[in-house]
Amino acid sequence: MTLELLLQYLVAGLTYGSIYAVVAIGFNIVYNATGIINFAQGEFVMLGGMVAVSLQRSLPLPLAVAGAVGATAAVGALVEVTFIRWLWKPSVLRMIVITIGLSILLREGALLAWGESVRSLPYFTGDEVTALALGGVRVSPQVLWVLGTTALIVAFLTFFFGHTMLGWEMRACASNRDAAALCGLPVRNLVTLSFVLSAAIGALAGAVVSPITYTSYAIGGGLAIKGFTVAILGGLGNSTGALVAGLLLGVLESLSVSALPTAYKDVVTLTILLAILFARPSGLFGSREASRLKDF
Amino acid sequence: MALLEVRGLGKRFGGVQAVKDVSFRVERGTVKAVIGPNGAGKTTLFDLLSGFRAPDTGTVRFKETRIEGRPPHQIAALGLSRTFQNIKLFGHMTALENVMVGRHVRSRSGFVAGMLDLPATRREERDIEAAALEVMDFLGVARLARAPAGSLSYGQQRAVELARALAAEPELLLLDEPAAGLNMRETADLARVIGRIRGRGVTVLIVEHDMSLVMGISDEVVVLCFGEKIADADPRSVQQDPDVVRVYLGE
Amino acid sequence: MRGSRHLQVGLFAAAVVAAQLVAQASGKGFFLTQLTMTAYYTLVVLGLSLLMGYAGQISLGQAGFFAIGGYTSAALTTLDLSGQRGQAWVAALARARLLLARPDLYGGEVLSVQPWAAFGLAVLLGAVVAVSLGVPVLRLKGHYLAMATLAFGTIVSSVVVGTQRLGAADGISGVPPFELGAGIRIGGGGAHRLQSYYLAWGLVALAMLLLLNLIHSRAGRALGAIHGAEDAARAMGVDTARLKLQTFVLAAVMATVAGSLLTHYNGGIGPSEASVMKSVRYVAIVAVGGMGSLWGTLSASAVLNFLSLRGYFGSYDDAVFGGILVLVMLFAPAGILQADLRGILRQLAPRRGAPGGEG
Repeated sequence: MTLELLLQYLVAGLTYGSIYAVVAIGFNIVYNATGIINFAQGEFVMLGGMVAVSLQRSLPLPLAVAGAVGATAAVGALVEVTFIRWLWKPSVLRMIVITIGLSILLREGALLAWGESVRSLPYFTGDEVTALALGGVRVSPQVLWVLGTTALIVAFLTFFFGHTMLGWEMRACASNRDAAALCGLPVRNLVTLSFVLSAAIGALAGAVVSPITYTSYAIGGGLAIKGFTVAILGGLGNSTGALVAGLLLGVLESLSVSALPTAYKDVVTLTILLAILFARPSGLFGSREASRLKDF
Repeated sequence: MALLEVRGLGKRFGGVQAVKDVSFRVERGTVKAVIGPNGAGKTTLFDLLSGFRAPDTGTVRFKETRIEGRPPHQIAALGLSRTFQNIKLFGHMTALENVMVGRHVRSRSGFVAGMLDLPATRREERDIEAAALEVMDFLGVARLARAPAGSLSYGQQRAVELARALAAEPELLLLDEPAAGLNMRETADLARVIGRIRGRGVTVLIVEHDMSLVMGISDEVVVLCFGEKIADADPRSVQQDPDVVRVYLGE
Repeated sequence: MRGSRHLQVGLFAAAVVAAQLVAQASGKGFFLTQLTMTAYYTLVVLGLSLLMGYAGQISLGQAGFFAIGGYTSAALTTLDLSGQRGQAWVAALARARLLLARPDLYGGEVLSVQPWAAFGLAVLLGAVVAVSLGVPVLRLKGHYLAMATLAFGTIVSSVVVGTQRLGAADGISGVPPFELGAGIRIGGGGAHRLQSYYLAWGLVALAMLLLLNLIHSRAGRALGAIHGAEDAARAMGVDTARLKLQTFVLAAVMATVAGSLLTHYNGGIGPSEASVMKSVRYVAIVAVGGMGSLWGTLSASAVLNFLSLRGYFGSYDDAVFGGILVLVMLFAPAGILQADLRGILRQLAPRRGAPGGEG
């Protein structure tokens, strides 16, 4: 394999990997706030892309993307308020099953609204044949958009959780919900906010990557599994870990295409998931988190 | 050799040393109590003895076999049975079925035998049921047999849980605060029951707050404070030990 | 107690006969085909019901085991080794009576594996995979078995769709019937419709009997104990990890058996049987019928699978099962047939005063 080919695989891997990382970060935000793994996370990414494509017919691109993010965030809030908020101490089993059911409903709803067709937004800059030459590799500008957006999301979240009052309140809520409630924090709304945030970042990722990967009603499930793999790999709840793990997984998956038939690309990720669950469920960067998880 | 020998047991949780260098023995046929103020490490000690936690240091010898760090079901199979502070009955099963689970270590039919319902399996089922009823009768709760465990009163649940632990025919019985939530009359009944249990040849180790119960029925008392043992003697001596008095009444 | 168990199964058998007679009498004899298929799907959910209701574990990969059963049987019984008759290993297999020579569509002869040998291998494979998955994962709690089985199910799905040898997107067809001797066989089309129907539901009756026996046995009580208070179960000497594994393997084997037999009945199998949606469907049925409630699960399976197979849900099939799952889990997590209405209303009312959570 030539260096140039290797770099192409690397770039592709980083691109997909950053999307997986964003999905994983979305999982982590909700998980930290509620202890729930929200399977519908993948559907938020799908909705971001699909809604943006529809809006883009009548609105300029930036507005279409913003609108898609807003609409998906609203769906996230709706899901939380309608299905999650009023449950009284649900068991883990129950929550897994409910969010799986919700992801199916969202997917079927998308099928109803948009049919089976595969769509994409136009390239943000240039088109599908534009390529920038970066260090001997031909890279589509959209790739830079994807990587840039991911970096922006991570930077924003770091700022939000590290330096804003609201972010601190959410961390307090995640750390010890009862204590937070006793301190007067609006715990229920903070939980809703966690869903809104994870839906918003998922939607943004879905919109920005759609020119490269195309989007259709059915992509959510696969993304959710890969996002979950990344989240576990990086240590559940650990978003820095998720970022690193996401990029790592993306690259591994991309490289595997050179060795295995393309049909088995997913199998690589899934096998990694199983391996992690078997050997080190706390993930590469996780800590006592795993033993805590063992106890519920 | 003592039935139970604990040596240098230690357990730390993060920054807290819950149990520190605790050693004592329990002789066969006796009733020994573990007392101490809240947070003294009594429950942790029980968890260490029954296999729910593994100690950081020290050994536990039961019938001359080392059991520290072993899983609970293996320890139960060796003849050590326990009850829980917050009664853990199987709420959706009847009282009798709960006690029959107690016979688990004294029976053998497995998964496949259960599915096939062979004659030998049926015979064992009858034996299990008979033994369970006998224990419930011994504790005076046989008439509750068919009631769902979740519907029983607190005192009845305590009795059923005790029956369940006894059904295993243990050599050592660990009672975790058996008098919690019982009124004076029930506590007195409990004291009598523990005496009768000892009469059946079962050694008893009991964690308890209720002093009257402890002083009345124990042969020996161990006092823990902040995870360390500060006394280990007969009840009278312990009551008069100045360290013990200071710990309970403050300086 | 034992008598009531046998009585229940007896009543069930009577219901099966009644259903057949009614269908035949009202001219809807063709219903029997879907009913037969329903029986095999019911085997899958019965095992899952035990796993979810008693061991308290959720498997999102039962379709994967179903596919292992179906595809192993299909691939081996449609193999054509006649071109390799000369080879030593083929001769050895033939000597061991593991091969079957049958006529193909063009008047020639095909040499493939005997259905019962393929079946045995399929079940073995299913069991081995279940043990491999279960041992490392069942010692953890919470999401982990769910995720591991989801990953497993997706792997199987990806593999069968992407592998040419397994028919890729078209699946495998031309699977011969499974001869059980004395003219009894699984598969073979309309002429044997009645026989197939009774064979399938007879198998379900047998499974019910075995499972009911299990529930009322020492092992069943131990399982119930795990469900009720796992720590106490362990303290009473129950090896909970081992028991959960046994239950998981049982559920997996039941799914594998169902997959193999249904493939012989249908004469083929396609990748949709391995899909995650199928696994979710099985979970939905168990949720409706009541986890751990075998008769409830059986009823739910009979109704829902039959309606789905007859096409009553149209193109909303997936949405229906997804919706069922959400609704049941929100309002009646112990299953509709065991729904506690007052409890549900209490859930909808302000939380103040509502007693502890659910397990």
